[in-house]
Amino acid sequence: MAKRVEVLVGTKKGAFILESDETRGDWRLRGPYCQLWPTHDFVRAADGTLYAGGGNAWYGPSVWRSLDDGITWTQSSRGLSYGADGPKVTTVWKLEPGDGVVYAGVEPAGLFRSTDRGETWEHVAGLREHPSQPQWEPGAGGLCLHSICLHPTDPERLWVAISAAGTFETTDGGATWTTRNKNVRADFIPGPTPEFGQCVHKLRVVATNPDWMYQQNHCGVYRSDDGGKDWTDISPGLPSEFGFPMVVDPNDAKTIYVIPHAPPEEGRQSIDGKPAVYRSRDRGDSWQRLDTGLPREHAYLTVLRENMAIDSLDQSGVYFGTSGGQVFGSNDEGETWSMLADFLPSIWSVEAAVIEA
Amino acid sequence: MVTVHLPRSLVTLFPEAPPRRLEMASSTLSELVDALEARWPGMHDRLCEAGPRIREHINVFVDGERERDLAAPLPAGSEVHIIPAVAGG
Repeated sequence: MAKRVEVLVGTKKGAFILESDETRGDWRLRGPYCQLWPTHDFVRAADGTLYAGGGNAWYGPSVWRSLDDGITWTQSSRGLSYGADGPKVTTVWKLEPGDGVVYAGVEPAGLFRSTDRGETWEHVAGLREHPSQPQWEPGAGGLCLHSICLHPTDPERLWVAISAAGTFETTDGGATWTTRNKNVRADFIPGPTPEFGQCVHKLRVVATNPDWMYQQNHCGVYRSDDGGKDWTDISPGLPSEFGFPMVVDPNDAKTIYVIPHAPPEEGRQSIDGKPAVYRSRDRGDSWQRLDTGLPREHAYLTVLRENMAIDSLDQSGVYFGTSGGQVFGSNDEGETWSMLADFLPSIWSVEAAVIEA
Repeated sequence: MVTVHLPRSLVTLFPEAPPRRLEMASSTLSELVDALEARWPGMHDRLCEAGPRIREHINVFVDGERERDLAAPLPAGSEVHIIPAVAGG
């Protein structure tokens, strides 16, 4: 059966969909959706539902939903609150649909879930009851819960990452949480590596082997072989430890992609104005620079944490969006790149989906 | 009855867009928000945050005077304008 490939793009002013056939050579753009709502994440669940999450300075945080491929939308934030005595939820940073559940990570950092496809939300209070919570510090992007990694077979087990509090794991459905930051540096905190406070930028778990995890951190790129209990720095070979997004090839868990950026004091952007994606095929033991088709010079792109995605076709397509409104894509595992869209609002998220046409 | 004026940016958030101008039988701001919620589910959360209280960047004017107290009375015949604050945009 023919397949359709989608790149779902969340922007500062609404959500867009790029569509192509399996060749991923020609792309069609549609949108904007969600009434120009500032959209931090835009995903398609396995049941076909589209969800977009974000926050509007006037009207607050909300999750949009479309059951008809984007033709009509509704939105709800019912329950998406810490209550009258808690801090104000400003925006939804991350949406992670699972089996009969959708999780939402918000700012200030916390986790919510919905079991009615986004109609209502329930606070997973155990995370903010962790004793470290009063000491969580925001990163430059705010105190955001930006990564939600579901265990592929155990619905009670998941990992989340907060910038800048670090990685946490629950094995009891969110009632209790354990820090998972061993040997992950936090250079902005003096002393030995702390138990928490790390600035994770993007956390990934391997669906086919959940003991394998990866993260792009403010202070390096790391892998774990034991479900996040311990981490190994795999930054050597990269031109910078700093970057925001990371993806894992769904067809080969040893293959990962990152986009190194100049460090914060040098602008958080493409190094020397020459954008490049870096790929490792051996879990970070070595890295290859991939920049064929990307701008060669004077291109100071910023690619934020949710802004890279990979599809599940045999030869994986890789996509990233920029704060300047461009979407770049590769249909050959990063070997060559082309620009799929330009002049969009500032891009905050890119997700890929493959659909039976 | 009071006359309520809703901003375009609010009504377009709902699939069956409410009219921009409507008549409501509400005697307080709180009753008005509840009545809007009953007709367009979700509107309460767009106008109010936990408390409940009116969102920081939503301005409500009753007969031209700014009002932030949800318990504020709405005299019969009054005009209620709900306007996004310039600070929010």
